[in-house]
Amino acid sequence: MNYQQTIGDMKPGKREREEAEEGRKGSAENTIDKIFKDDASEEKGERARMASFIGAMAIADLVKSTLGPKGMDKILQSTGRGHSVTVTNDGATILKSLHIDNPAAKVLVDISKVQDDEVGDGTTSVVVLAGELLREAEKLVTSKIHPMTIIAGYRMAAECARDALLKRVIDNKENAEKFRSDLMKIAMTTLCSKILSQDKEHFAEMAVDAVFRLKGSTNLEAIQIIKKPGGSLRDSFLDEGFILDKKIGIGQPKRIENAKILVANTAMDTDKVKIYGARVRVDSMTKVAEIEGAEKEKMKDKVNKILAHGINCFVNRQLIYNFPEELFADAGVLAIEHADFEGIERLGLVTGGEIASTFDNPESVKLGHCKLIEEIMIGEDKLIHFSGVEMGQACSIVLRGASHHVLDEAERSLHDALCVLSQTVNDSRVLLGGGWPEMVMAKEVDELARKTAGKKSHAIEAFSRALVAIPTTIADNAGLDSAELVAQLRAEHHNEGCNAGIDVISGAVGDMEERGIYEAFKVKQAVLLSATEAAEMILRVDEIITCAPRRREDRM
Amino acid sequence: MALAFDEFGRPFIILREQDQKTRLRGIDAQKANIAAGKAVARILRSSLGPKGMDKMLQGPDGDVTITNDGATILEQMDVDNQIAKLMVELSRSQDYEIGDGTTGVVVMAGALLEQAERQLDRGIHPIRVAEGYEMASRVAVEHLERISQKFEFDVDNFEPLVKTCMTTLSSKIVNRCKRSLAEIAVKAVLAVADLERRDVNLDLIKVEGKVGGNLEDTELIYGILVDKDMSHPQMPKQIEDAHIAILTCPFEPPKPKTKHKVDIDTVEKFETLRKQEQQYFDEMVQKCKDVGATLVICQWGFDDEANHLLMHRNLPAVRWVGGVELELIAIATGGRIVPRFQELTTEKLGKAGMVREKSFGTTKERMLYIEHCANSKAVTIFIRGGNKMMIEETKRSIHDALCVARNLIRNKSIVYGGGAAEIACSLAVDAAADKYPGVEQYAIRAFAEALDSVPMALAENSGLQPIETLSAVKSQQLKENIPFYGIDCNDVGTNDMREQNVFETLIGKQQQILLATQVVKMILKIDDVISNSEY
Repeated sequence: MNYQQTIGDMKPGKREREEAEEGRKGSAENTIDKIFKDDASEEKGERARMASFIGAMAIADLVKSTLGPKGMDKILQSTGRGHSVTVTNDGATILKSLHIDNPAAKVLVDISKVQDDEVGDGTTSVVVLAGELLREAEKLVTSKIHPMTIIAGYRMAAECARDALLKRVIDNKENAEKFRSDLMKIAMTTLCSKILSQDKEHFAEMAVDAVFRLKGSTNLEAIQIIKKPGGSLRDSFLDEGFILDKKIGIGQPKRIENAKILVANTAMDTDKVKIYGARVRVDSMTKVAEIEGAEKEKMKDKVNKILAHGINCFVNRQLIYNFPEELFADAGVLAIEHADFEGIERLGLVTGGEIASTFDNPESVKLGHCKLIEEIMIGEDKLIHFSGVEMGQACSIVLRGASHHVLDEAERSLHDALCVLSQTVNDSRVLLGGGWPEMVMAKEVDELARKTAGKKSHAIEAFSRALVAIPTTIADNAGLDSAELVAQLRAEHHNEGCNAGIDVISGAVGDMEERGIYEAFKVKQAVLLSATEAAEMILRVDEIITCAPRRREDRM
Repeated sequence: MALAFDEFGRPFIILREQDQKTRLRGIDAQKANIAAGKAVARILRSSLGPKGMDKMLQGPDGDVTITNDGATILEQMDVDNQIAKLMVELSRSQDYEIGDGTTGVVVMAGALLEQAERQLDRGIHPIRVAEGYEMASRVAVEHLERISQKFEFDVDNFEPLVKTCMTTLSSKIVNRCKRSLAEIAVKAVLAVADLERRDVNLDLIKVEGKVGGNLEDTELIYGILVDKDMSHPQMPKQIEDAHIAILTCPFEPPKPKTKHKVDIDTVEKFETLRKQEQQYFDEMVQKCKDVGATLVICQWGFDDEANHLLMHRNLPAVRWVGGVELELIAIATGGRIVPRFQELTTEKLGKAGMVREKSFGTTKERMLYIEHCANSKAVTIFIRGGNKMMIEETKRSIHDALCVARNLIRNKSIVYGGGAAEIACSLAVDAAADKYPGVEQYAIRAFAEALDSVPMALAENSGLQPIETLSAVKSQQLKENIPFYGIDCNDVGTNDMREQNVFETLIGKQQQILLATQVVKMILKIDDVISNSEY
């Protein structure tokens, strides 16, 4: 999709630049015209740093208002055909769709994408934190502190912040019941900033159940999300079995108990001769008929071989033509065609069958089993439901909602929650939420700043200010008095072992443990480290060289 | 200008369409060229040293690169000027030959050009300047040889190597974990080095990167990493004691190169063809099974049917493996690449202790580890990092470190870094200048001054007073006659480079001086630039 939203005026004005260039030319003692090609430009020193700071901060400010449970959404309109609209609050989705010209802004978009791939959540936080770090760095640079000194300070601070978090993590891996409730809380915290916040308990339950079925694997492919418009979000449900969005062939049984399933990936249309260069050449009509007969015979053979497996359900990845379908119907076998590749893989996973492409050895092919296959209706669509499957590794979540936009956003939110949960299952350390981790880190970092001698301590102090900016933003977005709340929070945190954070719902500082606001340690750590890394990268730059854009041929 | 007349007064045309060309001659040409060269050097100057800054480069397609590797900056810079292109070539050749010091060589050349300009202003002929430089460079290289030290290390004691690699890495963005990366680089080089012949084939070290995790997760794998997964989702994910068949023929019916047609005109033929086809697949898989392979790695794709047969016979397989990777696998596992099924024999199979598939992150990304290979001569450095730019930059840094380690194995001599070697050379060249009668003397002195500009830039980038620092170090070197004193870039408190463990390779430094001198000589010798003004 092509969303068009240009960040205007991130580069210093063109006139200004031209003037600067002229100045440079005048002062150059010689007659070099230029080193670069036409249209290529070069920004140096202060100017380059300015350009990248401004670009990065603009991006951070753009997504800033989506942070937190009361964050607002953005509408993205595509420039492509149909001007399709996306409504979202997911940082990664917003940033992915932007057309950005500023190279520093691209760095931030990149880290948010990586955060999405790695841990799934915290895509907005990472950008906001990086933006804040750069904002603080800009102040330091204007007060004549060298960027390298700032970087050194940031590094120390990040290390210290991470240690502070590590000291305060809670790990309930041993206690299964507690762990589950931790997961529930994390899921609810993640979901509360999304469109699903109304029914967060319902969805949190669903997400946790689904993740537990994965048994520690992080392969989210096994959780299938089916979106069907209609009903309300509350009607969404998790299905223990497996739902395939396909129709059953005509004249075939609609319900099978104790099904034996053969999952296949084979051509059931005209089975081509695969030997290269083979072609049919005939000289009379009768021959054509004969060959056609042979072809049919071949297909019939194949069907018979498949039937010899003693199955009553056959699922194929590719098309099944009418002729074999009829044969299957005759044998009373349920044949499902054109299940896509993921569908096949998941079906293999849940039913424990192997994906077959040859059918000569019926005795050694592992068949899939399930208790019941039936056609069900969701809304107006017919779907095929496999229940009572052997290996419960995969499952389906059916999302219902008023419109496609709602469903799309619901899917993204659920995906975030699932990602975080599956990561937490592997790394079971959790933290409190609601700005608590930021305050803990800020406190430790502040202390470090006091102990450090030299110019670095300014940078360390700035780092702690940047950390505090996150709870401030969360409060601001909720329309609360952020200055008051953050000051209160800071005072609370002066006590050892304090659990205070901002409770946006009630609009006051409260005990996060009591309110059950939890976050995954892995997410927080990734936010901290990637934001620092990105800020460092941008700070190190003292020159931007932009090549001439590649000319595209006019296709019109 | 370019008109000549024969004895009858008719003009010859020497340059066609003269009005469409611009032309610079004589001293103007030299001045313009020097200015262009200096402009390029000026861009790189601020990237030198451990406190050097990075450059952000936006490519023609909008892709962003952030780096401080001189060769990379210049290559991506979209340079138009001819002389600037020469400078780009210069840093590239340093990259090919040595791998490190690509920024230094350009800064050096820029300084030489600057000094040359001054000599030209004095009225010294460019050729004399060039010759003076040549003599001076010879003096400098000899002096480097004299002050260099032999470095003793062996497979068990590779600490000195690690330290040298750390010097290289300290100027990159990865200096946060330079220690571990340096160790990885050294171990990798030692694993593939042929210490008898003093040679290292860097092709055997593969550097792979994957976005995600952080830099500390970077690891050295004694084996091969392939960015592929098993061809069938239900094949086993882990194979111990694997016997690997490495194939370059597809699991598909044969496709003879000559054009042919198989005509089907009767039902019988149709039937036989069908049978044959099935048999063909069966034979292929059976063949692999017969020779005892437990893993098939294939350069090409598989037909669905073949894929299932492989799965069915419990023979895991990997498809679409690239040619280079295939070769590496063959080297590492001691197997042979087999181009036809008929030639498959037990001896040609490769052996590996462990082959496993590993998945990353929340997306469905898997990679195949091939470890404990029969012939452990191939290793992989697997880089993790926060984003793509970081990984690219780490790859470049690791490449530099690998090159340094290799150079040390080739030639054990080192010189001290931090500008110490340049200052020592500058002193030596300055002293030698007086021995040369003639105008070249001035050029030689200019060369000495140009050598000073590298430590000067180092000091400048580190936020020190350049002139003050340089003169202090210089007098210290001269007084104590020890060539170890350099610029204290990291503010450690000492400028003894031995204590700071800042080393560079002798051949790297020598090459820098030689290459820079050569290019400068070339630029000085140009006295006429003819170009189409259309451009």
